[in-house]
Amino acid sequence: MTLEVKAVTKRFGTLEVLKGIDLTVEQGDVVAILGPSGSGKTTLLRCVNFLERADAGTLTFDGEDFDLAHIGKKDILRLRKKTAFVFQNYNLFLNKTALENVTEGLVTARRMPKEEAVAKAERALDRVGMLDRKNHYPSQLSGGQQQRVAIARALATDPEIIYFDEPTSALDPELIGEVLSVMRALAEEGMTMLVVTHEMNFARNVSTKVIFMEDGVVLESGPAREFFEAPREERVKAFLRNIERKEEK
Amino acid sequence: MDSRVVTILIESFPKILIPGLVRTIPLTAISFSLAMVIAVAVALIQFAGIRGLRQLCRLYIWVIRGTPLLVQLFVVFFGLPHVGVVIDPFPAAVAVFSVNEGAYAAEIIRAALESVPAGQMEAGYCVGMSYLQIIRRVVLPQAMRTAFPSLANSLIAMVKDTSLASVVTVAEMMMATKQLNALYYEPLALYLETAFIYLMFCTVLTRLQSWGEKKLSAYERKGAV
Repeated sequence: MTLEVKAVTKRFGTLEVLKGIDLTVEQGDVVAILGPSGSGKTTLLRCVNFLERADAGTLTFDGEDFDLAHIGKKDILRLRKKTAFVFQNYNLFLNKTALENVTEGLVTARRMPKEEAVAKAERALDRVGMLDRKNHYPSQLSGGQQQRVAIARALATDPEIIYFDEPTSALDPELIGEVLSVMRALAEEGMTMLVVTHEMNFARNVSTKVIFMEDGVVLESGPAREFFEAPREERVKAFLRNIERKEEK
Repeated sequence: MDSRVVTILIESFPKILIPGLVRTIPLTAISFSLAMVIAVAVALIQFAGIRGLRQLCRLYIWVIRGTPLLVQLFVVFFGLPHVGVVIDPFPAAVAVFSVNEGAYAAEIIRAALESVPAGQMEAGYCVGMSYLQIIRRVVLPQAMRTAFPSLANSLIAMVKDTSLASVVTVAEMMMATKQLNALYYEPLALYLETAFIYLMFCTVLTRLQSWGEKKLSAYERKGAV
């Protein structure tokens, strides 16, 4: 699988949030999108999965080209079945148990027989260590547990890529670890991931590529090791220094 | 209370209760069920913002909420025969009560649909579900849970509103009481007796409401299942 996004622009009213973003994700990549708040990271991710309609830009998925501004409902539905999305606020279906949250997309959207879907969902819940809570409703789970169920929901659909939108930003510091370790395990198993995050350790140790965004443009992008050890842009150097200082405190 | 009044009350009790069981309750049950169908449809049309139909729904709600129930009953039962449309009392009452309640309940359900977090819709899209699938399996069930107490409230109100059907000759409890009163002339005792029977009906519904709320709120409960 290859995902290629070119020249994405998006404005909300007079505010230009994305000013022409290019991005490539290859099979097995874990791409971390970094940058200060308001830089457009989340909007970019939402445009790539059509939760926001971009004003312009193209998307190439598995060699197929799409016009982000004019893509039709059918293509959107088809592409979404090949991808999965993990939200900052988990967004588990509140009226469904952990298990039902995972089977829903299989049974309803993919017409999988119930027993097969349950077996698959249980395997996914087991992978994120949530099998023992499969009959709990989201309101009965901690934030970290909810996010792990959300990851299981994403995994169960066998996506070619998973998009993560700040998956740990809404969590208590204590609960961040359990979610990150699940994500790290996925990365090690070769899952292709595009991750908007503020977790520098994750970006440094797990991701293969880093994209640094500010004010709607990509300031720097490259292999993770290069990005952290030898950043080219002054702004990126300053950003990394600030974060190091914060981590030392 | 003298023994004559007691005898009248005892003799009248089944004569009021039976019209309650065969008229008031079916009238309420049928009308409310139809009202729910109307309300869900009207609320969903507005929620989905279907052009044209949406304006039609607003017009419906505006007219129904802006005119008295009693006037609506008179228009259908006394007005329509004047232009050749004659409907029997019971179906006429069902039509008016369901169309009337549908307008109010549609607003309750619309508000409940809008209270479901937008993230629920987005999560549905992201697992590959279509708009209608998400509405049916995720958004509507949550909205109905939110709307449930208000809808139960409307149902209880409707039980009592059906007493208006007596003026269009539906032989329900109020009609029966009026007839008994014409016979015995004990208005205080007889109308209090009727009030008591309405109260019993509504008590049962109140109990059902608490039971239903508990049942529906399974996913909101904290702690172990």
